[in-house]
Amino acid sequence: MKTLLQLFWAFFKIGAFTFGSGYAMIPMIEKEVVDKRKWFEKDEFYDQFALASSAPGPFALNTAVFVGYKLKGWWGSLAAVCGVVLPSFLIILAIAMYLTDFRDNRYVEAAFKGIRPAVIALIAVPFINMLKKLPWYFMLLGAAVAAVICYLGVSPIWFILAGAAIGLVLTWRAKPGVEEKGGKR
Amino acid sequence: MIYLQLFLSYLKIGFFGFGGGYAMLSLIQNEIVTRHGWMTATELADIVAVSQMTPGPIAINCATYVGYTVTGTVWGSMLTTLAVSLPPLTLMVLITLFYTRLKNNRYMQGAMKWMKPMICGMIGAAALLFVNGTTFIDWKSYVIFLVCFLATWFKVDSILMICLSAVAGILLYV
Repeated sequence: MKTLLQLFWAFFKIGAFTFGSGYAMIPMIEKEVVDKRKWFEKDEFYDQFALASSAPGPFALNTAVFVGYKLKGWWGSLAAVCGVVLPSFLIILAIAMYLTDFRDNRYVEAAFKGIRPAVIALIAVPFINMLKKLPWYFMLLGAAVAAVICYLGVSPIWFILAGAAIGLVLTWRAKPGVEEKGGKR
Repeated sequence: MIYLQLFLSYLKIGFFGFGGGYAMLSLIQNEIVTRHGWMTATELADIVAVSQMTPGPIAINCATYVGYTVTGTVWGSMLTTLAVSLPPLTLMVLITLFYTRLKNNRYMQGAMKWMKPMICGMIGAAALLFVNGTTFIDWKSYVIFLVCFLATWFKVDSILMICLSAVAGILLYV
């Protein structure tokens, strides 16, 4: 029980004090989970984190799941997830309840007019940064996927499924022996 | 009925939410804005801004917000928050269980390799989908966009940047 409460509290703090994207949370999570509580070895934590970032869903939530699971199984995961979700849930609920009242305020409205283009910049930069790291044929593919989702209204789900399927088929067709030798180098 | 629809939509968003917050935005756009019309693209852009300035993952923030505004009840927001968390929760436990076998699995690596450009495209689509007449209202919007783009490029803190763009908005548009 004590560990469950500790898990909840540790992730409550992480949920309450980390802003922005999941990656911004890594140092905070590491400090809490590895340095302070010694629940994980550093290497083990980063290995697990790499897997967490390849699973669907927010990184913070996935990290809460694997840390909680290691310590206390299902209940541990649940405690950590509740902890990490609760602060943002309460804050956004309050905002959702009162934002509509503020929206018509001319200052709030003007502020949002300034904020909206900024939000687009905030998303465009990581897109370009991610695109730059890909080989040229994936760059073209990424740009094409963006255009098709946006202008043809195709659901992104199809692209996720197609990506996974192509990846699996190509791996299956590649000679396993050669691959494994390459992997062990 | 609306509760069931919300639950299923957010379950879907949670299940296919590879690549984190920004990539999930295009899923949210497609499901919540385009398909169901539960919120406008502009409203979603505002929530992204609010999410940047409040703690917690964007996907969770957005789920809580939509759950409340669509149903008008706290139950609605609890339901959507639960729905978006449920698939990652289950899948992550499975991944943790098979951790040693998945760690260097070539099928998993192969799938991830091809999902990466898709995820990248989803982030691009999220940005493109926000570009419309309500976000870019006049030339001043383009100036704000350019300045913020450069600021983000050179790693200016995003919370600071949103605060400054809010101030710019008040100065330019009141």
